[in-house]
Amino acid sequence: MIITELKDINEIYEQIKPYSKILIAGCDGCCQPPRSLNEAKVLGQLLELKARTEGKKLIWKAITVLRQCDDRIAATTCRPFAEEYEAILSLACGLGVVMMNKVIDNILTFPAQNSHFGGVQNSSENFYIEYCEACGDCIIGETGGVCPRAGCAKHLSNGPCGGMVDGMCEVGGYTKPCAWVDIWKRLKKFNRLDLFKKYRGPRDFRLSTSPGYKDIYKEYTNEEEKKEEKV
Amino acid sequence: MAKRPAYSNLCKKIQEGKFVITGELEPKKILDLSEILHGAEEMKKTGKIVAANVTDGPQGDAYMSSLVPSYLVQEKVGLEAVWQVTVRDRNRVALFGDVTAGAVLGLKNILVLTGDHTALGDHNRARAVYDIDSTQFCEMLSIMIDQGTDYEGNEIVGGKIEMNYGCVANPNSNPREPEVLKVGRKVEQGVDFIQTQTAFDVDDAKDFLKELEQFNVPVLLGIFPLKSHGIAWYFDNYIPGVSVPKDLLKALKKAEKDNKGDKKGKYAALDKINIEFFEPFIKEIKKSTKAAGIHCMAVEYERLFGPLLKDF
Ligand code: SF4
Ligand code: SF4
Repeated sequence: MIITELKDINEIYEQIKPYSKILIAGCDGCCQPPRSLNEAKVLGQLLELKARTEGKKLIWKAITVLRQCDDRIAATTCRPFAEEYEAILSLACGLGVVMMNKVIDNILTFPAQNSHFGGVQNSSENFYIEYCEACGDCIIGETGGVCPRAGCAKHLSNGPCGGMVDGMCEVGGYTKPCAWVDIWKRLKKFNRLDLFKKYRGPRDFRLSTSPGYKDIYKEYTNEEEKKEEKV
Repeated sequence: MAKRPAYSNLCKKIQEGKFVITGELEPKKILDLSEILHGAEEMKKTGKIVAANVTDGPQGDAYMSSLVPSYLVQEKVGLEAVWQVTVRDRNRVALFGDVTAGAVLGLKNILVLTGDHTALGDHNRARAVYDIDSTQFCEMLSIMIDQGTDYEGNEIVGGKIEMNYGCVANPNSNPREPEVLKVGRKVEQGVDFIQTQTAFDVDDAKDFLKELEQFNVPVLLGIFPLKSHGIAWYFDNYIPGVSVPKDLLKALKKAEKDNKGDKKGKYAALDKINIEFFEPFIKEIKKSTKAAGIHCMAVEYERLFGPLLKDF
């Protein structure tokens, strides 16, 4: 799931301020916490109030999209409204906002959210934690299933850094466990300190996601998909 | 890997079997280097200090780069520098650029560090780099020095990099095992020496040194003389993982109180406390461990070197 956070209401309002008729689109995809029809309605009400305090009238409609990051779904759901509204406010993650801007290209779509990372639902934790940063070259087979790229504040391949105290990371005021101490504990438990001792060479940043110079081919190309649809 | 020749005085002295002492200089948010150079001169005068470390943005703060002060300490004072380079702010391209520049300036020692995270420093919104980690930087330096190429194998033209490099080990690490194993990975890359963080507990330091013996690399144990009660208190409270012995803290406080208004008297009393604590400490390390020497982080406290080191 993609962990997101609503932007400050003033920041959202500043983006849509030039428009008087907006479409607010929730997303039923993998946004966490959920940002669906209800959330879109609440946001509409808040923005309407905010506009009223400035002596303006804001007309809005709330809808929700199954997945804004899927071009066909986004287009079929939203295009029917695109003529009527001056702008779209999206409650999806950044991917959804980008896709909406692509498929509905007669008006602009603005983000209502900040997107953070791909996260997990873990009921034993009070926070969403970034366990994987999608580095493109997974090494957690060598690190006991604990990721040092997402989990270590210095992204070390050969940690720990020496800054940890009582197993806690120097970043964040010693409140988070040092990923490399966790890795050591895991590998020790399974009698695999051979993996801990192993030297890992420099990372190939061409495999990383940002900036986006990486293309992953789909197993089916669009042409093949279209052919199949015709059959 | 065949042992690298000793290019630096520091490594030559270690190879000769001398018990070596290194000092430390800290360029901060400054343009005027006169205090740094003065500190280096004081160290040189004692005749006991082989080389001085020049720090690279400790605590993640934005300070003057260590390259030029390292050069000036060698050039103007004639004291060898241990040029500290962290991987926090430079990617492998910039590190290559700096190391070759340092080589041209005649720097002979690099101390490889990960570096305190930018999140701890005074520009905590900055992007921390950490393109390669300190162990990978060790590998890169070995390739540059021993094979004369960059990290990707492209030839460096017009000479040879004649440098030795060291890494750091932290005796205060808890748990200690992953720290020791990590040092092992760095040693494998070909480090010439190790300098440790601060130790106050002599027995604990001895244990740590014993653990490092397996790597067969010269180790300089770090000590941190306490210039004032304020510094000691700060160290005790704000430098995580390090605790200053309570008796030492108390003695420093008393010395400052008893000598209020008498600067000379205060200095003498503080120096006496430090000498009484660290002299036997160093003697014990020299006598009963295989340590190659002491890294004395008496930053801006150079007057202590003469009296503290008179017997070494
Ligand atoms: S190494 Fe870490 S960041 Fe990379 S893919 Fe594996 S879990 Fe994700
Ligand atoms: S303390 Fe551990 S998790 Fe934090 S930066 Fe250092 S090695 Fe990484």
